Amino acid sequence: MSDTTPILRINALTKTFNEFTALHAIDLKVHDGEFLAIVGPSGSGKTTLIRLLVGMDEPSDGSIWLRDQRIDEMPANKRPTCMVFQSLALFPHMTVGQNIEFPLKLRKVAPEDRKARALELLDLLRLPQDYYSKRIDQCSGGERQRVALARALAFDPEILFFDEPLSALDYRLRKALEKELKDLHARTGKTFIYITHSLEEAMVMSDRIAIMRAGRFEQIAPAEEIYARPVSRFVAEFMGEVNLFPIRAGQAEGVTLSPAAASAFGGATGTLMVRPESLQFLEGEEHAELTFAGRIEAEYMLGSRVQYTVTLEGGQTLIAEVLRENAMPGGPGTPVRLGCAAAACHLIAEA
Amino acid sequence: MQRRDRQLGLLYAAPLTLFLVLSFLAPILLVAGFSTMPAKVFDLAHMPDFSAYGEFLRQGYWKSVAWSLGMALVATLILFVICWPLAYGMAKVFKRFTLVLTIGVVMTLFVSENIRLFGWVLTLMKGGLIEGYMRHWFGTGFDGLLYNVPSIVFGLVYVYLPFMLFPLAQGIAMVPDDARQAAYDLGATRWQILREIELPLAAPGILVGSLLCFVLSAGAIAESKLLGGQAVIVIADEVETAFTYGQNWPLGAALAMVLIAIVGGLAIWGIGRADLDRMIGRKG
Ligand SMILES: Nc1ncnc2c1ncn2[C@@H]1O[C@H](COP(=O)(O)OP(=O)(O)OP(=O)(O)O)[C@@H](O)[C@H]1O
Ligand SMILES: [Mg+2]
Repeated sequence: MSDTTPILRINALTKTFNEFTALHAIDLKVHDGEFLAIVGPSGSGKTTLIRLLVGMDEPSDGSIWLRDQRIDEMPANKRPTCMVFQSLALFPHMTVGQNIEFPLKLRKVAPEDRKARALELLDLLRLPQDYYSKRIDQCSGGERQRVALARALAFDPEILFFDEPLSALDYRLRKALEKELKDLHARTGKTFIYITHSLEEAMVMSDRIAIMRAGRFEQIAPAEEIYARPVSRFVAEFMGEVNLFPIRAGQAEGVTLSPAAASAFGGATGTLMVRPESLQFLEGEEHAELTFAGRIEAEYMLGSRVQYTVTLEGGQTLIAEVLRENAMPGGPGTPVRLGCAAAACHLIAEA
Repeated sequence: MQRRDRQLGLLYAAPLTLFLVLSFLAPILLVAGFSTMPAKVFDLAHMPDFSAYGEFLRQGYWKSVAWSLGMALVATLILFVICWPLAYGMAKVFKRFTLVLTIGVVMTLFVSENIRLFGWVLTLMKGGLIEGYMRHWFGTGFDGLLYNVPSIVFGLVYVYLPFMLFPLAQGIAMVPDDARQAAYDLGATRWQILREIELPLAAPGILVGSLLCFVLSAGAIAESKLLGGQAVIVIADEVETAFTYGQNWPLGAALAMVLIAIVGGLAIWGIGRADLDRMIGRKG
């Protein structure tokens, strides 16, 4: 990312509803042309944040800057930003064409030019031209999605916000649209800020991910970094199934560390994160840098992989995922030993 | 299955349909029959005679119709303008207070229209509440506020307010909040949101409220008699006179038929356009 002025900058933005603080003085910088995903569990304040950014609500404190202009006092209809609603919020009394042309009509663009632009956008979103005069209730969920996008693009915003626009769609359509959206981002070169509670969705599409928790950003980083080096247990767990072991003075209960690994962790205190897919079954008396011993509790087929739940000797539960060809014969009850390399683990400073 | 449902539906609807036909269509047919009776004959079995309709044109009864329709139109427009913000508040802003407002408005319906209008007569007349106090305080009185066209329109607005308010609130409740917000986000001003989003989406409520008010006002008689005195004669008054003092049943029936045709035509046209299904929440 370049050092130029960010397109959007948020300073100590706070929002309180009566007694309840939904956003705690958060900071954020978004670069021009970036695809930023904001991910967090339900109630973490994602919608609240986006409503402040588009101007649908007023912040209790802090400031919002669009390039060099402070915009937090500016009403939503004057801001050069636009949002695709969770509900899409298409206008049911208008045709597809009229919906798309709506922002242009407000700007008094001539009808021929409006129509030309609407047809262009239909094309961009891979909708047939004859959809122009279709009614909204004749469109399928995925088509409506595209109409909502086309309408937002017709507005030609500086930043396009999305509030979980795909959450109502079925899995396959969602997957297809995720890719399309990423593609659209590349083709339009606009700045996209996308809210979702699915990390998977965020990973597929975005340049950077901001993980939100109870009104704060827990970590803002590219997907690989969040995946490999989560800053907290919350982020680690949010990323999917992981094994977390408290580590104190270089010793973790339930894990046997080789001398090399012990010195690598150097008497650290925190949480050791071991991904299920980093684990391998060990044969005989073989030792790895990190070794776990226990008994298989359950096994699940995950297509090309097999997932095991292992109860360790100390009583902890370990989740391991191996390729089908490396699977352990024997099933539940079998005593097993598993190992992984220290480099594949990540030490989280938080206990 | 669907076919059977349909048949069953028709069967269940049959008694009510029969009742409606008898109680609604039959009187209209009867009035239509009377209207083609030769004057002073009183016999339904006769050659149809349309002279009563000729009377309507010759005697200037169309003026009364025009007054009725004109005042109904003005009252409906005023009602729409007054009720829109109120209904908006009821549907979107007041929340708990809406119930209080609803009860307040409905309560007025428990008192007969004539009694309420008499209340206004006592308030507005010369020596009444307003003029009396004015004279008491300032020493000079005036002619009272009654017996003119505006006071009739005022009466219509006052009496038919609930008939506009509730359908309108229902209509406004049908406008999804997110559509309003999306329009705002896309750059619409308050005024553009009203014109492009709220009015079209609340149209069924607007149509039903306006039709009710217009139809009721066009056939109203008490307002013009009590508040208007002899300022203008409305068509309902002419109908009554023709049947009572005039003893000219064909004329009364013909006048009634004209009013029914105008108002009924309008109502059918209007209801044909309103999406009543959406209004009672069966779809969308
Ligand atoms: N208008 C409001 N009044 C009071 N509390 C509110 C209001 N709007 C949001 N909140 C609270 O703020 C918190 C954050 O809500 P928000 O809608 O931003 O969550 P979210 O991250 O978008 O969740 P979801 O994934 O479920 O959409 C919630 O606890 C919610 O109850
Ligand atoms: Mg939300």
